[in-house]
Amino acid sequence: MSTAKFSFIAIAIGGLVMAFAHWFQVDYLFFASYTILQFIVLATAWNILGGYCGYVNFGSAAFFALGAYSSVALIKFDAEIDSWFSEGIASFLHHIFPLPIPVLILFGALVSGTVGFGMGYLTLRLRGAFFAIATLAMAVVLQTLIVNWDFVGGSRGAYIIRPESLEFAGIQVNYIEYLFALMLLLAVIALATARAIERSQLGFGFATIRDDELAAEACGVPTLRLKLIATTLSGAFMGMAGAPFPYYIGYLQPASAFGLEYAVNSIAMPMIGGTTSWVGPLVGAILLGSAQQYATVTISSAVNLLIVGLMLVAFVIIAPNGLIGLVQEWMRARRRS
Amino acid sequence: MTALLHVDNISKRFGGFIALDGVELEVQPGERLGLIGPNGSGKSTLVNCICGTLQNESGNVCFDGHVMDGLAAHQRTHRGVARSFQLPRPFHSMTLADNLRIPLLYTVHARTGPLRSAGDLNSRCDELLDMVGLMKKAKQMPRDLTQVEMRKLELARAMAAEPKLLIADESMAGLSHSEIDDILALLVRLNERGITIILIEHIMRAVMSFSQRLAVLVSGKKIADGKPEDIVRDPEVVRAYLGQ
Repeated sequence: MSTAKFSFIAIAIGGLVMAFAHWFQVDYLFFASYTILQFIVLATAWNILGGYCGYVNFGSAAFFALGAYSSVALIKFDAEIDSWFSEGIASFLHHIFPLPIPVLILFGALVSGTVGFGMGYLTLRLRGAFFAIATLAMAVVLQTLIVNWDFVGGSRGAYIIRPESLEFAGIQVNYIEYLFALMLLLAVIALATARAIERSQLGFGFATIRDDELAAEACGVPTLRLKLIATTLSGAFMGMAGAPFPYYIGYLQPASAFGLEYAVNSIAMPMIGGTTSWVGPLVGAILLGSAQQYATVTISSAVNLLIVGLMLVAFVIIAPNGLIGLVQEWMRARRRS
Repeated sequence: MTALLHVDNISKRFGGFIALDGVELEVQPGERLGLIGPNGSGKSTLVNCICGTLQNESGNVCFDGHVMDGLAAHQRTHRGVARSFQLPRPFHSMTLADNLRIPLLYTVHARTGPLRSAGDLNSRCDELLDMVGLMKKAKQMPRDLTQVEMRKLELARAMAAEPKLLIADESMAGLSHSEIDDILALLVRLNERGITIILIEHIMRAVMSFSQRLAVLVSGKKIADGKPEDIVRDPEVVRAYLGQ
């Protein structure tokens, strides 16, 4: 199946989900599904570097937060235009600002992608645990920077007022539905990209890096360049997932944007689903994301990470290659018998 | 005739240990060179410096008329240097056919322009597998292979890059008598196709029957270079191997 066809089918499924949720007329459904979609994007992004190339990134939360904070910075910039610029420039800027969310998403991708590239360049000579520790350190440094950056709220956090609704070609659209649709589109783009990579020369190259970098170089694979492509892409998608977040949450503070749950979830979801294929992060995110949403409503939100921890332990023992690996093994065994 | 490979006075040290100390080596196009030396004499370091896995600190490596210093390993592979590893390093998550596809995609593709189609690629893979007698296992994973098959895969993968120079680093260690003959025959066949080969080996029987010329490394220095029959009688070589 070609990438275009795949994207079309994915959008069609997404449209169905959207229509279904709309039909229920329950805002909560959109809120909950938005979170799951966001994790699909995050898990898929993590998997491009972690699953395909074998480089474990513990700093996912930082890329996500950078996307979110680049949106906050642009929103704050809009608020300051009148006091910063002379009247002429200000009136011109008012034509452009406030920026629509799709532009914020692109901006978030740019910022996080650039940081991803920089991180890759600085740390990719490290391997295994050393690379993981470096990404963790980067997340701490970035969080410290944001906490001390007063313009975006510092440690106090920033309030973003979300409009009730949005007019779209004369039709009033509920704002949460709009955010949901955007995230749905992002998830489709992320999955289609991951799937396209898997089947391309790039995907083969990534797999050689995971298997044996020295042998990869000897076969003519430019490993450093491929790793930089992976960190940039992975970072950019995480930034995209974060960019609409301030509008979703309404109040953004460093502790929540850099939260442990983002880093842990974006690792746990691909691990549980299976890291070798684009289906893994998708399945993992839906499974784990839904379980967390359910637990949040029925038990308490603090149970979230406990669920992740328990499932991760269970899967490492029962299915080290994730659900996808389990299915593949089962199919191989059936073919033999 | 100009040399295909010219290693000019290269040195490499690891901390205080001098692994290579002003080594000179010339290899003519189409030649079969044997490189021997006791353990720790710098053979693998020399290979790593030629292939770009390590960078030499002084001296030059010239290949096909170009200086290769500073080039990364993959760039040297693109120029036409291929190697097999002492311990086979297959891509574990891929089938044998896919293992061979990597150099085809990343080296041949990059050098000569796109391989025309998926069919082209597949037939190249088949050709290579057929050459080393692994055709029946094309869809299997490297973990299903025996030691000798693993070595053959290693050589086939090096060959997939269509090199001018092949460096076979101890590709026969640990194999049985008949398996060694198998690999030797394969290497001779490759040489007949016009590929220059450097064979690094401890098994003297294999080295003697294969090489047209022998070079001996001891403690990072080249102590002898010449016809195999003469080299094994060289008193200095005998001393290095057997002690005094």
